[in-house]
Amino acid sequence: MPETISNKQKKLSLIAFSGDFDKLTAVFTLATGAAAVGYEVNIFFTFWGLDAIKQKKGRSFIGGNWLTKLFGFMMGGISVSPNSRFNFLGIGPKIFRYLMKKNNVATLEELVDAAVALNVNIYACEMAMHILGLQKGDFIHEVKDVLGVSTFLDISDGGQTLFI
Amino acid sequence: MSHILDITKEHCPMTFVKTKLELAKLKEGEILEVLLTEGEPLNNVPKSATEQGFEVLSIEHVEGSTHKVTIKK
Repeated sequence: MPETISNKQKKLSLIAFSGDFDKLTAVFTLATGAAAVGYEVNIFFTFWGLDAIKQKKGRSFIGGNWLTKLFGFMMGGISVSPNSRFNFLGIGPKIFRYLMKKNNVATLEELVDAAVALNVNIYACEMAMHILGLQKGDFIHEVKDVLGVSTFLDISDGGQTLFI
Repeated sequence: MSHILDITKEHCPMTFVKTKLELAKLKEGEILEVLLTEGEPLNNVPKSATEQGFEVLSIEHVEGSTHKVTIKK
C-alpha cells in the first residue's frame, strides 16, 4: 500500500529569524503545540533568533572580536528579548510576562523548557553564527546541530515550513 | 494503575503539552484520567491521543464545563 499523509508522521519546521519576545513566544507556542500532538518539529534559529538559544540569558559580551562582542551585548539573550511593538525600553515584555503568569498562560521560558522536554529539534544557522562570532558552545546544550540552508531544506522536506 | 491530570486551568499549548508529557511517563497498559474543559481541550486532546496510538476509553461529563477523558497507554 502506498504511503499516505495519514500514516506518515506530520512535520512542522520553523525558521526563527526574529529575536523579539512576542515572535519567539509564537515560535515556541507553535513548536510545543505541534510536538505535543505528535508532529516532528524542527526549529532553525538564524540571525536575531539565535538570541533565544544562548546559554547566557541576559546581556554578555560574547563574540569573536570587540565588534561582535559589543553586538552580542546589545542583542542579549532570551530574558532581555524586546517586544516587536510597545517595547517601552524593555518594560513591554515585563508587562507581557506579568499578564501571562496572571492568566495562567505559559511564559516564554516555560515554553522553551516544554520544547526541550518534547524533543523538539533545535538547529542553529552556521552562516549567522559566523557573522556574529558565535560558537556552538555559546548555545544551550539542546542545540542538535549547526546547519546551512541546504541541510535545513532536506530536514524540512515534506512538511510545513513557517518563517517567523 | 490510574493517574490523574487536571488541565482545567491550562491554556493552549500547555493543555496538549502536559497531557503528552504525562502520557510519556506512563507504562504500557496504564490509565491516565485527564480533567479538561470544553472547547479546544475537549475537542482535540482525545483526538490527538488517538492519533498518537493511545486508546481513549471514555469521555464523561463531570460538572459545569469540566469533562474527564480516560486514556490507556
